[in-house]
Amino acid sequence: MFDFSQFTTWLHQTLLGFMPEWLAVTAECVLIGFALLLGYSVLALFYILYERKICAYFQCRLGPVRVGPWGLLQSVADMFKILIKELISLKHVDQFLFALAPYLVILASMLSFAVLPWGNGMQIIDFNIGIFFLIAVSSIGVLGILLAGWSSANKFTLIGALRSGAQMVSYELSIGLSVLTMVCFAGTMEVGGIVEAQSDLWFIVKGHIPAIIAFIIYLIAGTAETNRGPFDLPEAESELTAGYHTEYSGIHFGFYYLAEYLNLFIVSGVAALLFFGGWMPLHIPGWDAFNGAMDWIPGIVWFLVKAIAISFIIIWFKWTFPRLRIDQILKLEWKYLLPINLVNLVLMALIVVYGIHL
Amino acid sequence: MADMQEKIAKLFPEATFEAGDTLLVNIPDSRWHELAKTLRDDDELAFDYLVTIVGMDWADSLGCIYYLNSTKHGTHISVKVSTTDRIQPMLHSISDLWAIAVIYEREVYDFFGIVFINNPDMRRLFLSIDWKGYPLRKDYDASPEVNPVSTENERQSDFTNTWVEGPDGKIEKKEVRVFEKDDFVVNIGPQHPATHGVLRFRTAVDGEEIKKIDVYMGYIHRGIEKICEQLTYPQTLHFMDRLDYFSAHPYHHGLCMTIEQAAGIEISRRAQVIRVLMDELSRIASHCLFIGTFCMDLGATTMLFYTLRVREQILDIMEKTCGARMTFNYECIGGVMQDLHPDFVKDVKALLEVLPANIKEYNKIFTGNVITRGRMENVGVLSREDAISWSITGPSGRASGWACDIRKTDPYSIYSELDFEEVTRTEGDSMARFKVRMDEMVQSARIIEQLIDNIPEGEYCVKVPKVLKLPVGHWFRMVEGCRGAFGIYIESDGTTSPYRLKIVPPCLPAAAVVDHLTRGNKIADLITIGGSMDYIVPDIDR
Repeated sequence: MFDFSQFTTWLHQTLLGFMPEWLAVTAECVLIGFALLLGYSVLALFYILYERKICAYFQCRLGPVRVGPWGLLQSVADMFKILIKELISLKHVDQFLFALAPYLVILASMLSFAVLPWGNGMQIIDFNIGIFFLIAVSSIGVLGILLAGWSSANKFTLIGALRSGAQMVSYELSIGLSVLTMVCFAGTMEVGGIVEAQSDLWFIVKGHIPAIIAFIIYLIAGTAETNRGPFDLPEAESELTAGYHTEYSGIHFGFYYLAEYLNLFIVSGVAALLFFGGWMPLHIPGWDAFNGAMDWIPGIVWFLVKAIAISFIIIWFKWTFPRLRIDQILKLEWKYLLPINLVNLVLMALIVVYGIHL
Repeated sequence: MADMQEKIAKLFPEATFEAGDTLLVNIPDSRWHELAKTLRDDDELAFDYLVTIVGMDWADSLGCIYYLNSTKHGTHISVKVSTTDRIQPMLHSISDLWAIAVIYEREVYDFFGIVFINNPDMRRLFLSIDWKGYPLRKDYDASPEVNPVSTENERQSDFTNTWVEGPDGKIEKKEVRVFEKDDFVVNIGPQHPATHGVLRFRTAVDGEEIKKIDVYMGYIHRGIEKICEQLTYPQTLHFMDRLDYFSAHPYHHGLCMTIEQAAGIEISRRAQVIRVLMDELSRIASHCLFIGTFCMDLGATTMLFYTLRVREQILDIMEKTCGARMTFNYECIGGVMQDLHPDFVKDVKALLEVLPANIKEYNKIFTGNVITRGRMENVGVLSREDAISWSITGPSGRASGWACDIRKTDPYSIYSELDFEEVTRTEGDSMARFKVRMDEMVQSARIIEQLIDNIPEGEYCVKVPKVLKLPVGHWFRMVEGCRGAFGIYIESDGTTSPYRLKIVPPCLPAAAVVDHLTRGNKIADLITIGGSMDYIVPDIDR
């Protein structure tokens, strides 16, 4: 399988050929930043169209069809519209925090991109606490939401922000614990190591019962983390008009919109990493010819396809279920998911200790 | 009726009686509260359901006609109370006996300026706080100079007035706070996705919990009752489309029947069948929309599209016959405007074929869902007593176990010949209100099935005089609208236009009861409860 690090090493050597090391590193950083921003916006555009199409088919509609073939350019047009929209300035808001909040949200999701395993060697940074870093930076997002709700000086946004705070802090636990379960199984927090450990079989098969339980919990908690239906209380449009981002307009609103879709991708990407091998192709022990054929498909395709397929399930939730109530959401987490998760962690530890896995 | 009259005459010798479509009791204001209490509490009378309070201006006096029904005996009675004081007219309130009277009396106060002594909340209901004059009085000055269109924000007040009668009979005006001083009040509405129109709930919350709701109505009040006083009888019909625009056919039906009854017009059987068919089709369409929007309020957007599919099919049928999809203007005095479209029978049969599968699908995707049940079961429980006291009729009342279907209790048109069940449930929660509507769609389909192959030949509209005058008198009729009992009161002075036309909408009580149902519940429950009551704002505001 093609190792992308060959390309990066070559690039680094070439750059070193005609510039000092500090300049080379700076140039690489700019290059990565550029690639990241590009990938980020393309993915967001894709996801917006993807969700609109899926929900349209769920609802016996066609979805966007006018702009471009099959409506492919619809989200480009939408993005253009949102870029040229006016940023309405409001009285009585805390101007600095009000402007800061959307950047915090977008920052959190961008930082998470740093450790996602895009392909073999195709990772911005691969260090020994990758998963830990991911959980840490994704928690910054809630700060942006809380600030947005508070600084808007609006009762609806305040309620939305407080709901969001309660919800995200609670579900962070479930995410953390289900990730911990898988880290326990992999024996490493390094993203590369986790992927490598699944080179014979994906964890969802290898870790059987506890892995499947962890996957289901992760999916529920991940949906809640991204504030998507049926857990979209912070922005429940029938209750709080638009929740915490009611007062935002123009590109600031666009940032929340982008972040929501990108968080959906990140949650699905992490699920792909922990349970379905990240960029690792489907390998079945003993089937060498098959494994060889699978290796022909590039890692980035594997990763994207897995992430998008998992996103489909999350989108499916949203367009099927009604919304939960705040007390029901907290009850679900604290009374059901958390205890199950803790038991599951012990179960996983036992399985690892006694080696009862495939 | 004679027993009732005897009994009341014995207890209240000062009462006088007039016979009419319902027995009318005249009583002086000083004995009115006592009579009301007797009417409600006496076992043989048991008039526990206050249908409406019709404010009246008879030029020499102002007053009210109270329509009361007994849910136990199925009897009706009306009581007339009046005062000759036009400067500061006062009557005694019955708001301590019927919960809905608080709102009904506010409406009368708003339009006639009659103050109700002991009503805890004497504010205007529909008109703005600074409105000058009382529009439904006959001496009202409607010139725009008196009440110019304001370019300023409407003045708001946190206070309400109440007139309290002391033990010595002295009446004192007091100012009372609507909310407590440090309440956190959130404005839900008038522009809000879940209020289904421009309705405003001023909601005092404690965290996520609701402490009190003040319903603020009147944003689209058009004064239809006032306009009707200047129009001829056939012209008044067109306003029925603009009340509850989802149940335009039953409302039209109600007004037509009242006028026909007053004028002594017999309509053909064909017209009757067509009217009932249209009523039931609208009921299915209306309930479809209810299910869709209710599910959307709860966050299940997909259901909206599934139910709209059926509704569209019905609207297509109506469009072919009536030429419109919303404001049909179909029923007219003497029958219906035009004959059925040749495709009507075929289209309706196609609808009946797809309907059961659709209802099954709705149940599969939504009703049994664990989140749905968590959101709806035991949320906003309305007991049977409360439903009657608040005059919650229609599917919402039946969900509380009150068999209040006018089609069964006072059958009109050809309903007495039809075979259908009145759907009632006992739980009284939001889920029950949802399920009653689901089941009513099946019953409506049953009615249509019985009629669709038996539409008799004949004229669809009988000849009526070009200039229609009603004899002097007053009439009150009720029909079963899609959202509850819809009443029409007409008082005629013998001319071509009504002296007073009072509309009794089922949605006004449904919106008023939201405060009672939501106290102590979560904000999210307000959406569930409001959605399940299925009120529609043009019907409230008129």
